[in-house]
Amino acid sequence: MLEIRNLHARIVDDGTEIIRGLNLTVKAGEVAAIMGPNGSGKSTLSYILAGREDYEVTEGDILYNGQSILEMDPAERATSGIFLAFQYPMEIPGVATMEFLKVAMNEQRKARGQEPLKIPEFLKRVKEAAASLSMDMAMLKRPLNVGFSGGEKKRAEILQMKLLEPKLCVLDETDSGLDIDALKIVSDGVNALRAPDRAFLVITHYQRLLEHIVPDSVHVLYRGQVIKSGDKSLALDLEANGYAGVIGEAA
Amino acid sequence: MNMHTQPQRTPAETALIDAFGDRLSLLPGDGAVMLKRDDAIEAIKHGLPTRRVESWHYTDLRRLLNVVPDFDPAAMAKTIAPIVEGSTVLPVLNGKSDAKVPGIEGVAVQRLSEKLIDGTIAPGLDPYGSDDAIGALNTAFVADGYFIDIADGTELEKPIELQNLQAGGQTHVRLPVRVGAGAKAVIVERQAGDGAALVSSVSQLVLGEGAEVTWLIVQEQPDTATHLAQFKAHIGKNAKLTLFVMNAGGKLVRQEVMVKTTGEGADFKLRGINLLAGDTHSDVTMVLDHAVPHTTSTEIIRNVVTGKARGVFQGRINVHQYAQKTNAKMACNTLLLSDDGEFSTKPELEIFADDVVCGHGATVTEIDHDHLFYLMARGVDEKNARGLLVKAFVAEVIEELDDETIVEALEARLDEWFATHG
Repeated sequence: MLEIRNLHARIVDDGTEIIRGLNLTVKAGEVAAIMGPNGSGKSTLSYILAGREDYEVTEGDILYNGQSILEMDPAERATSGIFLAFQYPMEIPGVATMEFLKVAMNEQRKARGQEPLKIPEFLKRVKEAAASLSMDMAMLKRPLNVGFSGGEKKRAEILQMKLLEPKLCVLDETDSGLDIDALKIVSDGVNALRAPDRAFLVITHYQRLLEHIVPDSVHVLYRGQVIKSGDKSLALDLEANGYAGVIGEAA
Repeated sequence: MNMHTQPQRTPAETALIDAFGDRLSLLPGDGAVMLKRDDAIEAIKHGLPTRRVESWHYTDLRRLLNVVPDFDPAAMAKTIAPIVEGSTVLPVLNGKSDAKVPGIEGVAVQRLSEKLIDGTIAPGLDPYGSDDAIGALNTAFVADGYFIDIADGTELEKPIELQNLQAGGQTHVRLPVRVGAGAKAVIVERQAGDGAALVSSVSQLVLGEGAEVTWLIVQEQPDTATHLAQFKAHIGKNAKLTLFVMNAGGKLVRQEVMVKTTGEGADFKLRGINLLAGDTHSDVTMVLDHAVPHTTSTEIIRNVVTGKARGVFQGRINVHQYAQKTNAKMACNTLLLSDDGEFSTKPELEIFADDVVCGHGATVTEIDHDHLFYLMARGVDEKNARGLLVKAFVAEVIEELDDETIVEALEARLDEWFATHG
């Protein structure tokens, strides 16, 4: 489903190269965990997948279902089924959450040639998804993410993921800022979406999240490259021994 | 010898002076009113204000007002649906009030032409300060409007909507409103039409003790019209006034707001949205006098500038010497969406009291790229994402109004503007 080939990318503003020859393949139905120390390029990778303009790909390619996505803008990527759950979801004053959900869902439906959702159907879907994440509907009457706690923002991201039904879900440190109960709710939300035709890229610092969202593969990112890949036991190994050993092996 | 060289008159000045001569016999008014008219046209004969007049520095009326249309007795404006369903509509069509005035309990409505003829309105026609070009223009030519008196203790359930509608030519309208002690009302002032008109409109509001009024000015003139307007208010003891101004049209627009707190505990809120597009010039100029102790005010203006539009906000707050414990805050934020657009902001605080809290701030921004990315990452295309963010920028001010019916009505006007200019 996702194939990243020898990807090099830099920050547009100052030219700093962050991704330096990254290779990664994720198959449909797979949950791939990306781990790595601070500054290894994990969040940058998620932004590049979503199409953020602050980064420029200088070499290599990203293929999604066999097609390069490099020329697609963030909205085109989203409507083709790529979803990024942000590490720090933005607060957008003045944009009502419900209104935003309706616009986003219907824009995606439009791009896929589907009719817009009727209001009762839309409300039903939002209510069901919110209930499954133990979210209060009153929260959704507020402007988008404004005044939400860290945990509420993460839940709101998963809520959007549920409603938009993407095919490639990129979760950028979704566990950060979550207490243990919220972590369980969010993980259950993600697990409920696991499907043979859907892939996940789960970016995290800690093994903790991977106890709840059990990955099929684990990849260690360091200085913009995948330096080691393995199964879920690699995450346990990293938790026990830290990154130093793996980095030493690669060096 | 003392030689006064009179600068040559502009075509607009000449047209106004000639029109006054032609119209004089048709203008209603007793002796006192006619004297005020004479004074007013004298002021115009001295020339329209230029950028050298401080309060007109960013709107050089002499240069910008280059065409004055003739009066057009055949112009036919039609009433429009009020922004809040069920409102009592008082139409002024092509500058003429309706002979059939609707009855509202606790509210006396009179045609302004009658008040001009009997002269009772004459004191209200005095100019505001020495550079009151809009006041002078209106006093010289005003022929009609409504005089509204809301009795003490009256609480209006539905808004009153004053519709000043033009279909070309010139219209000069005045709308004095007195709100009695403890009365509550929502008043909508619609300014619209479809002609290349010259409109002057002066609203005068007096709030009695403890009265509460929300006054909404919705200006949606076509981009061929010149709209020169004034809103003057006195806020009495413990009275509250929320003034919402939405400028969403007009070729040359100046909306002046002159407000004075006259009783302790008076509160004034100004909320304004300027939606500026095309090759237009819009100016909102406020002078607020905190004239007695313990009065409060906040002013928030949000501007969206596209195309080659030019916008101005001047906000002057005078805190008089005895007006201790005044609390005043003013903010003007502009979203500049094109390289050719411009917005000038001039906040002024003049404080003669020593125990007050006053502040002001102004920002000019572009669309936040992080916000844009977030919306696009959810599949909203760039055009729609920008639209959502621009609307959000101004909608924040509307949502503060806290009355769902009014918020919805104003958002509908906002959507209308974005549909044609977005």
